[in-house]
Amino acid sequence: MNGSGHTPLFHISKRSALPWYLSWAIRLAAIVLALIVCALVTTLLTGVSPLGVYATIIQGSFGTVRKFWVLLQELAILLCVSLAVTPAFKMRFWNIGGEGQVLIGGLATAACMFYFGDKMPNALLILVMIVASIVAAAIWAAIPAFFKAKWNTNETLFTLMMNYVAIQLVSYFCNVWDRKGSGIVGIINPRTQAGWFPVIAGKEYLLNVLIVAVLTVAVYTYLRYTKHGYELSVVGESERTARYVGIKVEKVILRTMILSGALCGVAGLLLVGGTDHTISTTTAGGRGFTAVMVSWLAKFNPIFMVLTSFLLAFLSRGSSQIAQNFGLNHSFGDILTGIILFFIIGSEFFINYRISFRSAGEKEGSSHA
Amino acid sequence: MLDTLAFYISRAVQQGIPLLFGSTGETLTEKSGNLNLGIPGIMYVGGICGVIGAFFYERSLASPADINTFLAVFIPMVCSLAGSLFMGLIYCFLTVSLRANQNVTGLALTTFGVGVGNFFGGYLIKIGGSSVASIALSATSACFRKSLPFASKLGAFGTVFLSYSFLAYLAVLISLVAGILLRRSRVGLHLRAVGENPGTADAAGINISKYKYMATCIGSMIAGLGGLYYVMDYASGVWSNDAFGDRGWLAIALVIFTIWRPDTGVLASILYGGLYILSINNILPTGGAGAVKELYKMLPYVMTIVVLVLTSVRNKKENQPPAALGLSYFREER
Repeated sequence: MNGSGHTPLFHISKRSALPWYLSWAIRLAAIVLALIVCALVTTLLTGVSPLGVYATIIQGSFGTVRKFWVLLQELAILLCVSLAVTPAFKMRFWNIGGEGQVLIGGLATAACMFYFGDKMPNALLILVMIVASIVAAAIWAAIPAFFKAKWNTNETLFTLMMNYVAIQLVSYFCNVWDRKGSGIVGIINPRTQAGWFPVIAGKEYLLNVLIVAVLTVAVYTYLRYTKHGYELSVVGESERTARYVGIKVEKVILRTMILSGALCGVAGLLLVGGTDHTISTTTAGGRGFTAVMVSWLAKFNPIFMVLTSFLLAFLSRGSSQIAQNFGLNHSFGDILTGIILFFIIGSEFFINYRISFRSAGEKEGSSHA
Repeated sequence: MLDTLAFYISRAVQQGIPLLFGSTGETLTEKSGNLNLGIPGIMYVGGICGVIGAFFYERSLASPADINTFLAVFIPMVCSLAGSLFMGLIYCFLTVSLRANQNVTGLALTTFGVGVGNFFGGYLIKIGGSSVASIALSATSACFRKSLPFASKLGAFGTVFLSYSFLAYLAVLISLVAGILLRRSRVGLHLRAVGENPGTADAAGINISKYKYMATCIGSMIAGLGGLYYVMDYASGVWSNDAFGDRGWLAIALVIFTIWRPDTGVLASILYGGLYILSINNILPTGGAGAVKELYKMLPYVMTIVVLVLTSVRNKKENQPPAALGLSYFREER
């Protein structure tokens, strides 16, 4: 085959499968390497000892009981949004509109709290909020899905644009609802607490955590053990095969995105009704984008996503703590997060592909038939 | 009346130039099949690198009057290009050599880039010791903003066409050249082939990795210049964290709106720039409610969605996104 040329130094081939402990070992090695690079960067940029930085990151999440609950809350919301985008991703429908869908869900929740706050009993109000947020966000997600199903419109770009339309809608309503004209809606219904989620056992975030835990199990079961889950993974693997087998691809796309939107709506509901009790353009806080990474890093498996969302929430809390302790800019945490993500993303290559170096016998380029 | 319109158009152009830089860069990248969602981060890095270069150059001067115009422009530009190139290389290495998922890599790059921009911005603000949360590089900015001296004497025509600084004209030039390159040169043909069907292009002997690397890295450098223009020109040398805002995403929207044609971007970016400032200046009727301004800000994105839907419905071959957009190429899987 190689005629007069020489065999290249190395060639890449795809692996068939790797035992799970090897692939996790590779990922762990990537994280360790990333931490070393982060340490170098930290010392170079700020002159602070990297061990001090790492200790602070750990302190940010586990330093006090309150901090631990904040970490759990962050984890829960991020996990909720990641659970939302996972069915879509498994179907290879790149839904990066999570940000907008969460905002629309939150907006619907806030609208209910605002307009119906004093007109109906609290229990009924919360029920209305749940329905409204889920329906609104599901519709928001169904729009790009419809166009993808019918005319193969690029869903990455469509969902991306829908995010910014959603942000402007929220901004508009914030302006309308705010009587003072500053564009910021304060805490909604502070006196009557109408529409505020009940606090369980005195722990402010416990309800959110419990709801998301239930959702995690639910989504895992849906993806793994139901017919719908099977259909959507077939569509993701090969659309042609799905059609051949008789699966209605348009229906699956629409159904999955409605589910995706509905779960984002729940995240918005938890944020507005359970945590913040207000709405603003930063309510989603970039989680729609972070969720893409959480979901992808976990290979779209909801159980692993608990770990990856823990990692990202941990880093986020840690970077706030760094900013506080060392007077460093809050964005330093973003830099560290970016570096760790690059390494993890890069490590996937070594899991999926194998590099084979040329052996001594092939150096002279003998031709094999 | 004509003067107001001319002034408005010139402001629209100034808003649109960063978008033009960003969209031309991203168009080149997307034509090679790489969907670089890291462009917002790259524009941030381009801006902050230029600021770093200018900051240290200004500090090294004995007095502000000593400033050498050429160096004051050259140093920030080189820094900006270097920074954006570095970001582009990270993206290329991860997606082309390591075949990582492009959406995830791009979003991670944006997080990283915005973090770098805000971190160094905060750092310089601390060194500069100013009381407000911004750095003002007026001397450098004045060098960047030098426009043709006779422009003001030519009335409305001068305002609309001649009153910009060299970076603006450079943006237009780059876009036009990119458009011609894509459509009428062999290199452009090869690039388009790589983006449409890398398997076929590979079989024809085109080096896929090389084209992807070149297109993405050159695209990043062009986009980084957009960040530089924003800080030095539009914002008059003032950097404050997060001031750049969501313009990077607007640039990505512009790529779709121009149907992946850089030369259309020249006019389209002025349109987007104009829409952006419509909501700021009270030109369109708001009925007395400030809230309606927020709805106007939606217009560029809604228009992009409309274009996206229309092109997919009518499905004309020339107007589609590159067929292999977002996909990694691995020869053995062909």
